[in-house]
Amino acid sequence: MTDVILSVAGITKTFPGVRALADVSFDVRAGEVHALMGENGAGKSTLMKVLAGLYKPDAGTITLRDEPVTITSPLVAREKGILLIHQELSLSPELSVAENIYLGAWPTNALGMLNKRKLRADAKAALDALGCDFGPDVRVGTLSIARQQMVEIARAQAFNADVVIFDEPTASLTDGERRQLFATIARLKSAGVGIVYISHKMDEIFEITDRITVLRDGQVQGTRITADTDLAGITRMMIGRDLASYFHRAREDFRDEVLRVEGLTHASLFSGVDLSVRAGEVLGLYGLVGAGRSELVETIFGLRHADAGRLIWKGQEIPFPTPRQAVDLGMALVPESRKEQGLVLGMGGRENVTLPHLAMFSSAGVMDRGREREVFDTYRDILDIKTTGPEQPVEKLSGGNQQKFVLAKWLCAAPSLIILDEPTRGIDVGSKSAIHELIAKLAEDGLAVIVISSEMPEVLGVSHRILTMTEGRISGSFTGDGMTEQALIDAVSQPANRAVQEDIA
Amino acid sequence: MTALTSRMRGTTADWLLRNHIWLFLALAVAVFSMASPYFLTVNNLGNVLTQAAFIGILAVGMTMVMINGEIDLSVGATLALASALAIGLQPAIGVWPAVFVGFLSGVALGALNGTLVALSGMHSFIVTLGGLIGIRGLVFVYTGEEALMVEDFAYTDIPEVYLGPLSLTAMIFLALAALFQWVLTSTRHGRETYAVGDNIAAAHDAGIRIKRHKIINFTICGALAAIAGILLSMRLGTAEPNAGRIWELWTIIAVVLGGTRLAGGYGSMWMTVGGILTLAVLRNGLRLLNTPNYVELMVMGSVLILALGLDRVLAARKGAA
Amino acid sequence: MTIDWQQALRRHGLIAAFGLFLAAVAVGAEGFLTLGNILDVLRQVSITGTIALGVTFVVVTGRLDLSVGSMLTLLTVIVVDQHNAVGPFGAIALTLLAGLGIGAVNGVLVGLFRLNALIVTLAMLSLLQGVTLWYSGGSNVNVAGAGETWFAVFGRGSLLGVPVPVLIFLGGAVVASFFLKRTTFGRAVHAVGGNETASRFSGIATARTVAAAYVVSGLATAIAAIIMGSRVMGAQNTIGQGYELTVLAGIILGGTSLMGGSGSIWRTVIGITMLGFIQNGLLLLGFEYYVQWLVSWVVIIAAVWLDLAAKRGRVLA
Repeated sequence: MTDVILSVAGITKTFPGVRALADVSFDVRAGEVHALMGENGAGKSTLMKVLAGLYKPDAGTITLRDEPVTITSPLVAREKGILLIHQELSLSPELSVAENIYLGAWPTNALGMLNKRKLRADAKAALDALGCDFGPDVRVGTLSIARQQMVEIARAQAFNADVVIFDEPTASLTDGERRQLFATIARLKSAGVGIVYISHKMDEIFEITDRITVLRDGQVQGTRITADTDLAGITRMMIGRDLASYFHRAREDFRDEVLRVEGLTHASLFSGVDLSVRAGEVLGLYGLVGAGRSELVETIFGLRHADAGRLIWKGQEIPFPTPRQAVDLGMALVPESRKEQGLVLGMGGRENVTLPHLAMFSSAGVMDRGREREVFDTYRDILDIKTTGPEQPVEKLSGGNQQKFVLAKWLCAAPSLIILDEPTRGIDVGSKSAIHELIAKLAEDGLAVIVISSEMPEVLGVSHRILTMTEGRISGSFTGDGMTEQALIDAVSQPANRAVQEDIA
Repeated sequence: MTALTSRMRGTTADWLLRNHIWLFLALAVAVFSMASPYFLTVNNLGNVLTQAAFIGILAVGMTMVMINGEIDLSVGATLALASALAIGLQPAIGVWPAVFVGFLSGVALGALNGTLVALSGMHSFIVTLGGLIGIRGLVFVYTGEEALMVEDFAYTDIPEVYLGPLSLTAMIFLALAALFQWVLTSTRHGRETYAVGDNIAAAHDAGIRIKRHKIINFTICGALAAIAGILLSMRLGTAEPNAGRIWELWTIIAVVLGGTRLAGGYGSMWMTVGGILTLAVLRNGLRLLNTPNYVELMVMGSVLILALGLDRVLAARKGAA
Repeated sequence: MTIDWQQALRRHGLIAAFGLFLAAVAVGAEGFLTLGNILDVLRQVSITGTIALGVTFVVVTGRLDLSVGSMLTLLTVIVVDQHNAVGPFGAIALTLLAGLGIGAVNGVLVGLFRLNALIVTLAMLSLLQGVTLWYSGGSNVNVAGAGETWFAVFGRGSLLGVPVPVLIFLGGAVVASFFLKRTTFGRAVHAVGGNETASRFSGIATARTVAAAYVVSGLATAIAAIIMGSRVMGAQNTIGQGYELTVLAGIILGGTSLMGGSGSIWRTVIGITMLGFIQNGLLLLGFEYYVQWLVSWVVIIAAVWLDLAAKRGRVLA
């Protein structure tokens, strides 16, 4: 076809322990929005980083406007006409909008002086073409996230990009900002730009994309024309197996309530949250990125300060704890980001496992290495962790094994409540199902379990009860047969009426 | 209506956050003007500026390096070496060639620091800490631990040029500050210096040549340290092997007090000039009031911690708004 | 096989070079590798070494303490002056208390208020200089009746032929190493330096851990000040100037990373002692004392670069 701008064929990329992409092929046409979908860890972000020159593929070819290209760096990608718009924006907050648009390619005269007039005029032209409501001289750091994103998109305009890749662009945007972004995408589209659009939000995908390619476990499951498919079809391609057989839900044997929070409020993050969880119960917390789920559990665990609310622990109201007190009470939080929040990467497994319980593994302040070794050995066997020994720095391990160490460090002190925030993000399928089985086993052993996930099949598969969270509020509660994909989607994508009303008032 | 006032409040906080140094300076000037009749005189202010100029010139170079996201601890030692060479070589090769060699030593050492930082990936704190120790060693080896005295005292007349109350030294300081402010705002090198310090990953992805900018900025810093050293040797007529000791610390204090961010990406020469002037006014004012010199040291330390605290508070308030 | 050699050279190149240096000096200067000289070197490094033991805790948390030089000056002035006022016991107690107090101030500012460690301790460097001048009135202080007091034992005494300051330094190293390696506090120090967020998520009191590390640094400096006061039997207002940099140089040379999370007491002892041997060896070879600074420059850069290269597996970035 002549209007294909970008085509990739046979891309393979392997990381130690994980095959991230296996023989991936797909193409993007001029003036099309092409969605790239898949669960976390399916290979979307790896593919996009290959296209942007951040990763070098092990095999495969990339063809741009009928010419094979080798993309060795983001700079080369930009020169060839491919622009990636990350979730983490690639901007210098202290520089002006104009300077950011042309970062690394500023017009200068022979003396190395900046041609500010040209820089400004060019930038203004790019901004105007996109209909931006801010000028080229504003300092980027003072702009909202949505406007900062527009600055990145203006780069595409300025460098005449052929292909623009959006990675979860609406993750931290309000509804109004999202509309503006879609209008901008429409403009790019009508200018003949090929757009790759990565998002977890099904409603967006069906609204703005022309075709959908689904990845699973690093392989392309197929490409569909958006108009000819539906939610169920895409979901089936993404998950690729029967939910019921894949997930193992814990036997229902609920005992006493372990944790209840009432009216929990944090001024800027969430408000009026009520939730409770019983021993033996798995409570799912579903919501989009940025809905305030992680912040909520971090507040319960004492990592953030609560502005209002009550905390009832095993039937008794207690003041909000410090993290230390939370651990001592018997709470455990397996955080979202294991590399940043979960592990001290330079330490070995032994030291990571005992880190929350130094007092328990010591006497008179002196660490008892023998017992540390014992608990390390115990959990290495229980969780089947692949490591060369207790002192091997955990940074050398695969994501799945790292996550098992994070679990081990919380399980070894026999907590009453375990909160798992995105427990299977970015790990391979084998480890995933091991962790799902573990969740069921923990509940059957009498722990109260809260699972936060943005993977719908996961949250549907493991939970007894599901709360949905939207913009800092609990927007729905589902049990039994009420727990369906459609119900959750409806609950999290309700327009935030209340917020709109407040704006008017 | 509410939105408008809150925006205005936002800008005030923002302005304060970015320019608190001028507030400090105005406060210090006001206090000392009231406390001492000798303070607010043209002569005294001229003196303040001249005294401030040496560390000021170091601070101009330090600002370039710091905006780039690095630090240079070796400036005091580089100053001493340049001053020793400028005086020590005079009998052998003549006054101006000696001055030139002194200048070149600073350029070379700066380039060495920059190259080591760029090529090795070591943190500049370590590289220039090594430089501080080693260059001081060079000074001692060269001088044999003796103060070098200039033979022809005409040398000390060179900086005795005044424009009103402004000495040549002070003018050089202000001119260099203006020059490098221009470099920072109007040249590609200057703007890319900010870009590298602000978000090194973004700069790298955009194809900015990070190493080149670092080497250039360390070279500028070394060259300016040498200029300060040469001016100091002209003023004193001697070159002390211990000249400029712990000046690197005062330089860093002045630059940070001015508001330039230690982590890079943010700052300006004007802020640095503000920081230098504030320190100099404090020092001068306290001396005019005949306070013992320990008060000066304590006040400087406290002011720095206060500035840091204020910065934190303002940043937090801005974040909350 | 060649690769193995390269690996070995990268890993142990510095120690090999140091060994060559020791051998060369031993050939060139008689009496270098004698027990007497080795003890002499250790005696010379005992003050920097003792401070470095404490600063190592701070560095492992990923922070710096540049105030130790000024602190050493102030505490030495205090111990000498108070010796004349309240006698040796009281003087030692007051000095230790003062060291803990100053460390606590640093700790509160850096740990609890989360201010930048470099700037805070720089400010303290200046502030403590001021306090010293205020306290001493600008004049030197001397121990009255230096000949009689048992206070002399810390700097000048020896036990079974080993100088007491060496015993304090090495004994302190054993204790510090025990604390850093074997106790819950030491584990927390490593964890905070390795990943502060993960430590917080594990219930570690990170602010208090950092603050405590500064208190340890203050305590070590106080002990060093007692050695210093006892050795000199007096104190000038500049006696500790520049110590903060020598201490850091030794720690860095030992291979402890300024990024935090790694490092150990024995590395610090080796780094500081190496600097001592370089100084001593060059002196014995007839060089002026300041030549050691040139050599230290080269050695520090080479050591850190090699270390970095070994971790990355290649020499150039």
